[in-house]
Amino acid sequence: MSKYRNLALTTAMATLMAATPAFADKMGLGRPALPEEIAAWNLDVSPNGDGLPVGSGDVMTGEEVFAEHCAVCHGDFAEGVDNWPKLAGGMDTLDHDDPLKTVGSYWPYLSTAWDYVHRSMPFGNAQTMSVDDTYAIVAYILFSNDLVDDDFVLSNENFLDVEMPNAGGFIIDDRETAEKHFWNPEPCMSNCKDSVEITMRATVLDVTPEEEGADAAAAQAEPVQVAAAEPAPAALAPAAATAAPAAPAIDMALAADGENVFKKCKACHQVGDDAKNKTGPVLNGVVGAKFGHIEDFKYSKPLQEMAEAGAVWDEASLTAFLTKPRDYIKGTKMSFAGLKKEDDIKAVIEYLKTFQ
Amino acid sequence: MTTENKGKGTSRRSFLTGAAAMGAGAVTATVAKGAGPDPLIAEKQAWAMATGDGVDATPYGLPIRFESDVVRRNVEWLTADTISSINFTPIHALDGTITPQGCAFERHHSGAIELAKEDYRLMINGLVDTPLVFSYADLERFPRVTRTYFCECAANTGMEWAGAQLNGAQFTHGMIHNMEYTGVTLRTLLEEAGLGAAGDLADKWVYVEGADASSNGRSIPMEKALDDVLVAFKANGEALRKEHGYPVRLVVPGWEGNMWVKWLRRIEVTAQAIESREETSKYTDTLANGVSRKWTWVMDAKSVITSPSPQAPITHGHGPLVITGLAWSGRGAITGVDISLDGGKNWQKARLAADGQDKALTRFYLDINWQGEDMLLQSRAHDSTGYVQPSKAQLREVRGLNSIYHNNCIQTWHVYPTGEAENVEVS
Repeated sequence: MSKYRNLALTTAMATLMAATPAFADKMGLGRPALPEEIAAWNLDVSPNGDGLPVGSGDVMTGEEVFAEHCAVCHGDFAEGVDNWPKLAGGMDTLDHDDPLKTVGSYWPYLSTAWDYVHRSMPFGNAQTMSVDDTYAIVAYILFSNDLVDDDFVLSNENFLDVEMPNAGGFIIDDRETAEKHFWNPEPCMSNCKDSVEITMRATVLDVTPEEEGADAAAAQAEPVQVAAAEPAPAALAPAAATAAPAAPAIDMALAADGENVFKKCKACHQVGDDAKNKTGPVLNGVVGAKFGHIEDFKYSKPLQEMAEAGAVWDEASLTAFLTKPRDYIKGTKMSFAGLKKEDDIKAVIEYLKTFQ
Repeated sequence: MTTENKGKGTSRRSFLTGAAAMGAGAVTATVAKGAGPDPLIAEKQAWAMATGDGVDATPYGLPIRFESDVVRRNVEWLTADTISSINFTPIHALDGTITPQGCAFERHHSGAIELAKEDYRLMINGLVDTPLVFSYADLERFPRVTRTYFCECAANTGMEWAGAQLNGAQFTHGMIHNMEYTGVTLRTLLEEAGLGAAGDLADKWVYVEGADASSNGRSIPMEKALDDVLVAFKANGEALRKEHGYPVRLVVPGWEGNMWVKWLRRIEVTAQAIESREETSKYTDTLANGVSRKWTWVMDAKSVITSPSPQAPITHGHGPLVITGLAWSGRGAITGVDISLDGGKNWQKARLAADGQDKALTRFYLDINWQGEDMLLQSRAHDSTGYVQPSKAQLREVRGLNSIYHNNCIQTWHVYPTGEAENVEVS
């Protein structure tokens, strides 16, 4: 049977059936897909487990992997940071105002969580989780939702045994029956109500963005006044070479390239006058600053230790960090994989120099 | 110069605080009567004496600077960051039905990626006779079709479920665009791979995904896939824009925008719905009792008055006023639009700019003589299946307040005697 209702169902099906056997002549375009190519892209996992690779992962491993790769946005306990999705909690809230929809409270199939983590996460570094780490992360998310114990091991073997609390909470689109009364081609045209009262006004809330596009563009066009960065004090960090004696003038063309590169950082870092800490700290003044220079940001322990040892963000340390963040600071909270191109790193550092 | 003022546009804030008062607005917007000869006519103007730009000045043109306020805007508090977010088409400032690509809303789940035609590959696999890989050039050699459709995000108007919230048609209804697409039917490509291996097609699906980091996979019933879905590579006559999926996107007429997978890289014929993240945790509609509807793909009939509206107030004073807006239905063509000036007590038929087209935007107009009366403007769409756009109260009665998606309720703008307008809810 059809998976969805359609007013013109009979017609549509008739067309479908009529067209099925008599396929048009083939054009002979394209080429056969190789098995390796299909294997590389055909990664989706179905609710019945189709597509699930062999592997396993336990809650405790999951907690570590989650802390390293996911917690920066989703929180150490999958509780969500800022506006980023909460993955745990919200049980029994679906019939409340503003229900909290998490993997535990809402997602009907565990396959969805596995598939999404494996293919589309972490944000900004997708497709980097190994099969076993994916099992471990999903096991940890289940644990965070109190659905399994801390000694639980998730594998392709027991995957379908996990019961999702809201598995039965979905119905197929029933608008054509539940909302049948909206099909009413002759609605009332005159004297349809006794009175009309205004019950709510949008300006009371005042959440609509201002329209200042033109002004903002004008402001950007003004020349940027940049003070020469203070010479950085000698740094302890291994990659930190001797600090440049006097910072040369900023290469604005290079900084402009850097602004483009910085798009990759914007999900977590803000710069400029109104910058606030997000999942990452504000980066105003970072070039030449001591490690951990934003006082109200909670840096990772290793970074704090380097800060206490006197490490400074100069071009050398920034370059090393941005090339491979997790190699330069083992245990950094920054889940970003790093910038591959040397030119991009130079440009983004130049751009950061414009925010002092 | 008078024209200089126009370039800045009217800031909503300055308008609402009365800085751009009715009187001042009326003088610049209307040709003054009896105040002596108009210097714009009586005096020679620079543009009528000197020469303008040469044909080599603008190889690819953008709107003139006086229109710089007609742009996409986003609502910062809606999402955690702008990379997985949405912006809104400035529908309050557009007319006609075709949305220019440059101001057509964008929705990305992992940002807009840059994918060159040479690097583009499209795979068809799963229950097909021969899994195939196409290059971009291959796609251009299949028989081509050109059709116009609207694309509406399922979350359009989603911020208005609990009450009037955002003050502007761009923000309440701007997750929509309407373009003329050129491409190949999905049916043509599926037939090229051969559907014999799929057996009975009635219960089969196609799973489609993009090349970006989110992949944004969605399952589509075979019935729809073989009906009117397009694999498109041109929009409004030119290549798709990067932000709309260059070089190739899926067009799923009448169905929610999330299914219109951008940077389309794979089409898999499957025996079941994959139940991906975008069709379970998102794009499902929770009812008041906590049960959620899934597979609510069709976009119901809907309309909105684009002008006057909060971002497009009346600035010309009393007399002739053009009320205009857009109507659309994912179930078929728009057959009529009713307009109320009094919050739904009385209705009159709007004039359609052209006969409604299947699953495409329809422009409507109502020409009235406005004498400064307070108005509660509403529009109500009818489609070719007999569906009539419901009121907010009617929708809430069935669905409660937590659906997020598929809010196709009648919108009310309160137009004040000053010509300003506000998003309101009425009894």
